[in-house]
Amino acid sequence: MGSVDAFKALVRRDLLLAMRRRADVLTTLIFFVIVVSLFPLGVGPELETLREIAPGVVWVAALLASMLALGRLFSSDYADGTLEQMVLAPQPLGLLVGAKIVAHWLVSGLPLVLIAPVLGIQYDMSWEALGILMLSLAIGTPVLGLIGAVGAALTLGLRGGGVLVSLLVLPLYIPVLIFGAGAVDAAATGTGAGAHLSLLGAFLAVSLFFAPWAAALGLRISLE
Amino acid sequence: MAKLNWFYFAAPNTFYPLAGKMIPWFTAAALGLAAIGLYIGFFVAPTDFQQGEGYRIIFVHVPTAWMSMFLYVVMAFWAAIGLAFNTRLSSMMAQAIAPTGALMTFLALWTGSLWGKPMWGAWWVWDARLTSELILLFLYIGFMALQASIDDPRRADRAGAVLAIVGVINVPIIYFSVQWWNTLHQGASVSITRSPSMATTMLWGMLVMALAFWMYSIAVVLVRVRAIILERERNTDWVRDLKARGAAK
Repeated sequence: MGSVDAFKALVRRDLLLAMRRRADVLTTLIFFVIVVSLFPLGVGPELETLREIAPGVVWVAALLASMLALGRLFSSDYADGTLEQMVLAPQPLGLLVGAKIVAHWLVSGLPLVLIAPVLGIQYDMSWEALGILMLSLAIGTPVLGLIGAVGAALTLGLRGGGVLVSLLVLPLYIPVLIFGAGAVDAAATGTGAGAHLSLLGAFLAVSLFFAPWAAALGLRISLE
Repeated sequence: MAKLNWFYFAAPNTFYPLAGKMIPWFTAAALGLAAIGLYIGFFVAPTDFQQGEGYRIIFVHVPTAWMSMFLYVVMAFWAAIGLAFNTRLSSMMAQAIAPTGALMTFLALWTGSLWGKPMWGAWWVWDARLTSELILLFLYIGFMALQASIDDPRRADRAGAVLAIVGVINVPIIYFSVQWWNTLHQGASVSITRSPSMATTMLWGMLVMALAFWMYSIAVVLVRVRAIILERERNTDWVRDLKARGAAK
């Protein structure tokens, strides 16, 4: 089986598995919606304030949701031994990990991007800002998945893995948060989101290059 | 002619006595330099015409901030060497550096906050450099937490190494954050290309204090690495010999 075929097959398999257990996918999405909806209850319903904090709130909620979803990335494959087979497979492990991350993003990242405008409307964001919010999430959430995969691989099978992964991964998420929320902010204030989006794109390019390799290394360390 | 063996001290059993011999020297250097640096800082350096006496915290703040970033790079370097060449001592060095690095980061944040109160009127501002320093503290804590939660030292070393290498990307972000985000933190006052914008005595005090912190870090890391060596090599013959000799004395 060629590398490209293996990549496609693995993406299809992971998507199929996710579709068989839809509740898992929905949990992340519902968590995202709930967190974003909690803020007006805590901060107060004034639209002026809400409009101001909207980019940050949506982005932080997206960060937390992607972090919580990381537990599903490798754990079931680890439990039933599939992961060991992937490590032993003739195809490069980095590529297979990349396929898993792609499938993971389609299942847990893309829904966040699609639901975000609805939440933005609750915060009275302008149409332009909503567009930039979707765009920034579309570029930023894959970065979160890629960086998170490294943390998920390193903490595989450890006690207290869930809390530990947040400790490892959240600090590394901060640049994405800054530029993601910054892009929306810049769009809302009319200074132009181009620079922020370019930097997000740069993060995506760099993490696309390094993260699957680092995650593969982490998996080898965890499985040996 | 005998070839100089660079790797002679790479073995824990040869490094252990060497480290023991070096510790007093670095400790003395740290104490001496700190005394000189503090003297310059308190008595020689002039009062700043804008910031008054409060600025004198920089003699601790700037060196700790430098060390916090530098130590992270050194830690990642040794962790990477340990990962690449499977040298036990390199990974132990990385593990020994982490707490000192975290301490420096914490001190930099603390003294920065003490400095910020009179200068900016706030204990904490969400400026790029402060924030990156805070992230650095989280990175150190993450590294230590990951190592602490893995029982097998070999796996702990290698997992920590991957995390340190990933995290080292953050150190340049800290450094260039001042240029990236134009914020209210003042720009770097020491530069190689420009002539320094502060009085020469202040600069000297800061450099001497930086050296003092450097020597302190080396001394403390050596003490800690000796403890780690003993703990990890407790089942080897040379540690048993050491213990037997210690008991005989």
